[in-house]
Amino acid sequence: MSPEDQILWAVALPLIGAVGIVLAAKQPNLREAVTLVTASLLFVDVWTLAPSVLAGARPAVDAFEVIPGASLNFVVEPLGMTFACVASLLWIVNSVYSIGYMRGNKEHKQTRFYVCFAIALASTMGVAFAGNLITLFIFYEALTLCTYPLVTHKGTEDAMQSGRTYLGILISTSIGLQLLAIIWTWNATGNMAFVAGGFLAGNIEGPEVGLLLFLYMFGIGKAALMPIHRWLPAAMVAPTPVSALLHAVAVVKAGVFSVVKVIVYVFGVDYLAGEPSGQWLLYVAGFTIIVASVIALRQDNLKRRLAYSTVSQLSYVVLAAAILSPLSVIGAALHIAAHAFGKITLFFAAGSIYTAAHKDRISQLDGIGRRMPWTMGAFAVGAVSMIGLPPTAGFLSKWYMLLGALETQQMVAVGVIVASTLLNAAYFLPIVYQAFFKTEATDGNPGTEHGEAPWPIVVALCSTATLTVLLFLFPGPALELARQLAGG
Amino acid sequence: MSVAAHLPALQVALPLIAAPLCSLLRRPGVAWGFATLVSWVVLVIAALLLAQVLSEGTLIYEMGGWAAPWGIIYEVDTINAFMLLIVAAIGAIVTPYARHTVTAEVPAEQHNLFYAAWLLCLTGLLGIAITGDAFNVFVFLEISSLSSYVLIAASNDRRALTAAYQYLVLGTIGATFYLIGVGLIYMMTGTLNISDMAERLPDVANTRPIRAAAGFITVGIALKFALFPLHLWLPNAYTYAPSAVSAFLAATATKVSIYVLLRFEFVVFGVDIGIANFHFSEFLMPLCVLAFLAGSTVAIFQNDVKRLLAYSSVAQIGYMVLGVSFYSLDGMTAGIVHLFNHAMIKSALFMVMGCIMLRVGSVQIKDLHGIGRHMPWTMFAFVLGGLSLIGVPLTVGFISKWYLILGALEEGGYGFAIAAAVLISSLLSVIYIWRVVEVAYFKPSPHGAAEITEAPLGMLIPTWLLIGANIYFGVQTDLTVGVARQAAALLLGIDL
Amino acid sequence: MELLGQFNYWVFIVLMMTGFYVVIARGNLVKKIVGLNIFQASVFLFYISMGKIFGGTAPILIEGADDTVIYSNPLPHVLILTAIVVGVATTAVGLSLVVRINEAYGTVEEDEIQQLDEET
Repeated sequence: MSPEDQILWAVALPLIGAVGIVLAAKQPNLREAVTLVTASLLFVDVWTLAPSVLAGARPAVDAFEVIPGASLNFVVEPLGMTFACVASLLWIVNSVYSIGYMRGNKEHKQTRFYVCFAIALASTMGVAFAGNLITLFIFYEALTLCTYPLVTHKGTEDAMQSGRTYLGILISTSIGLQLLAIIWTWNATGNMAFVAGGFLAGNIEGPEVGLLLFLYMFGIGKAALMPIHRWLPAAMVAPTPVSALLHAVAVVKAGVFSVVKVIVYVFGVDYLAGEPSGQWLLYVAGFTIIVASVIALRQDNLKRRLAYSTVSQLSYVVLAAAILSPLSVIGAALHIAAHAFGKITLFFAAGSIYTAAHKDRISQLDGIGRRMPWTMGAFAVGAVSMIGLPPTAGFLSKWYMLLGALETQQMVAVGVIVASTLLNAAYFLPIVYQAFFKTEATDGNPGTEHGEAPWPIVVALCSTATLTVLLFLFPGPALELARQLAGG
Repeated sequence: MSVAAHLPALQVALPLIAAPLCSLLRRPGVAWGFATLVSWVVLVIAALLLAQVLSEGTLIYEMGGWAAPWGIIYEVDTINAFMLLIVAAIGAIVTPYARHTVTAEVPAEQHNLFYAAWLLCLTGLLGIAITGDAFNVFVFLEISSLSSYVLIAASNDRRALTAAYQYLVLGTIGATFYLIGVGLIYMMTGTLNISDMAERLPDVANTRPIRAAAGFITVGIALKFALFPLHLWLPNAYTYAPSAVSAFLAATATKVSIYVLLRFEFVVFGVDIGIANFHFSEFLMPLCVLAFLAGSTVAIFQNDVKRLLAYSSVAQIGYMVLGVSFYSLDGMTAGIVHLFNHAMIKSALFMVMGCIMLRVGSVQIKDLHGIGRHMPWTMFAFVLGGLSLIGVPLTVGFISKWYLILGALEEGGYGFAIAAAVLISSLLSVIYIWRVVEVAYFKPSPHGAAEITEAPLGMLIPTWLLIGANIYFGVQTDLTVGVARQAAALLLGIDL
Repeated sequence: MELLGQFNYWVFIVLMMTGFYVVIARGNLVKKIVGLNIFQASVFLFYISMGKIFGGTAPILIEGADDTVIYSNPLPHVLILTAIVVGVATTAVGLSLVVRINEAYGTVEEDEIQQLDEET
């Protein structure tokens, strides 16, 4: 199979899987098998593409014309490769986890859940391999639409309300701002394809650059820059596997991925660095990091704390891109992977606690580490990665960001990174401390008798925790892909 | 002479002769079958005409052999061949669809008359598009209008009667205004032939009668295509008309009127309209922006889905005329291509409503709870049509929006604000479409809804044909955008 | 003089506005139709009077007459024949709608109909 076919298969496989899931709706075991097989095939398909991309190949394929002059076009470049590898790998883990979680909690409408999940993955692959702005936009929108039923899965009034916030913010920013930015770009340059080094230079000048950047950055609502971050906490009403894979990995990463792509391949790092009107992004990202961390500090609901932590961590990527130095761009690319592994572990742990103990508040977690050692151990690893300490992947990405910030003398960025590291520690370490060193408040409640969560959940969260450490120990390929991105 | 040479005459004569014949067919099924057959032949003729025009250029057909400017000529160029195709295609799809809904909504003994009026309406719309004579336009305008009043009133809802009456009064005023305008031009130029008028007008352009004529014609036609704030007849008419009639009229009647506006603004009065530097765009453009902002906003608050779609039509008409009012190639292309695209979108959505009306007996949002489970194909058609209306990529709606925004951005300064307004209006359309989708898919169905079943195939197939066209022409734009571009160049007098 | 010289247009405008006013101001549906008729009739007069040429005779070709005879323009008259037919058809459709409305609502007054609609 040629690399070109592999690209198309990456998008088609999950869609075919979705059809298979519908056909197997009556037999849950077969249905779950279809999900797992599809996920495995996708994994093989995507990961076998990686070696050639590492070697410098950029396979591309044109599907058909969307509008005269612009096709549905896929190009595999290093950043998209990283993103696709992470997403396809975690889909397998997450599928195992979903099966345990959905069955453990006896959720309704499981077929719809798995179908939407598969379509979401197809869209994610489309985003990762998009070769031009219009392709990116199409899959970006598809991702929003197919995750809506997942967010409102519970079907309660509360879930519907959150679903409206979710859809409302994501659709209105993308159609209202992002589409305008794309058409403006097309109008000004006659080009939409991602080009190393950008293609805006010489076509748009002065304050208009800042305005266009504004349209892109806030148009990509999935990157959750403040003040358009509210959809992300709202999306936490979804079942935990959704929060884990989509709102820690696929959807939010599609956002920051798009941000990095636009900065690197549309504006061009050097061009943007020379335009004073584009400098505001650094401050908005810094502001988001700090404020979201402070809000996270005050959340008692575990998933909401994780959600605000995600808002803050996403802005690391935006900040890293906005520092506009090659080193920080490496940091941005690494952070997409590092945060994915770390945050999915944390969400898995939250879901594990919910399944085994039916607890969702941090204040209830005293002493839970003794009952659920694997879960809380993995949680600790994820938390360390969020803070950015060795031996976890989070350390690597933060290290490169700091180097980039120091190199370009962006002292504001340095300050933000240092301050937020402290804040991260402040909102994660107490949970770990509580879980292992405080004694459980029994107060005669019989419901507190529980052990670990079902084995698929435990296996899933242990493997993602391991991945977080492995990425630190063997960063080679990921680092190489990131270097290629930064090197142009 | 071969049949091919008489195609322009046949295009109109065929449905015109078929209409009285149809009224003689007492058996409902037969009348419907006959009307369907005629509508298909009409489509074939329209397609042949477009092919002929694209290969050979403008066709001139002298009615009865009388040469212009004394005789009436039919002049078929790219733009009206395109209009003919729109009208004929919608006719050929909606007529077969009509059978079940008409059986449910119109008494059986009136079916022959209903289909006769239907064919007359088709005749009128085709006639407006094909004729090259300004007075003839008036006659066809009235043929189509009178028959559409009858069609709207055929519904079993008594509010349809008042809606038809309201439409009759406003429609007649509009047509009479148009007549006054044509009279004034005739007075000054001595001709009724549209091309002739265009030739002679520059000599007398700066006179008061011509200025008055321009005003009368623009306002009269704007009343016919329901440009905000002259849209008052439209929501009631589309809401209470029989479902098939809503689907047919929403897709064709307003579009054909916009075509008349294009003819007069660009061909007769000319692009520069030497009338004391008076530009139509200066007052059309703000009205269009108001039209789509107000139309979309009001649509959000509607509880009757047909009324919601009707207000959305008011908004969409704003888009079409907005594109035209830019006076640029991209803008004009956007306007013309949206004539075609919106015909497909809105017709499909009204057809979905017809399916629901048939099975549920209501199109109130509160009655649609959980309908997505009972009528999966119908509602999925609504979702796709809705996405197209919003303007999601890979649908025709996106193509229209794309060119419209490109056209706006080319205007520079204020164009940016207009582009933003277009996008805001798109967001509003997300809200009103989503209200329906949310209720249909994510609300539990009420008790007693179990017996609701999927719409009959006779309705689903035409509906899905149009939905398919929405996707197909959203990807394959050579025909639509290509023809629209040629037509735009023709109207603007640009050589491509 | 110029104002009076074009008195036919004044008649046209006065009639048109009268008809228009009736359409807008009257609540009775039948009277609205009558107003619409006046409105249309004014346009007929406008067309017919515009075809008149001072000193022109009826446009009937007389055998053997010399070329100096001036005829009035017949075309507007012919057009108006068509327009009258359209007007009659409009009136017919309008009135039959009113009959149906009367059957359905039991009234032909606009405000009463509105009230009945609001009640349901």
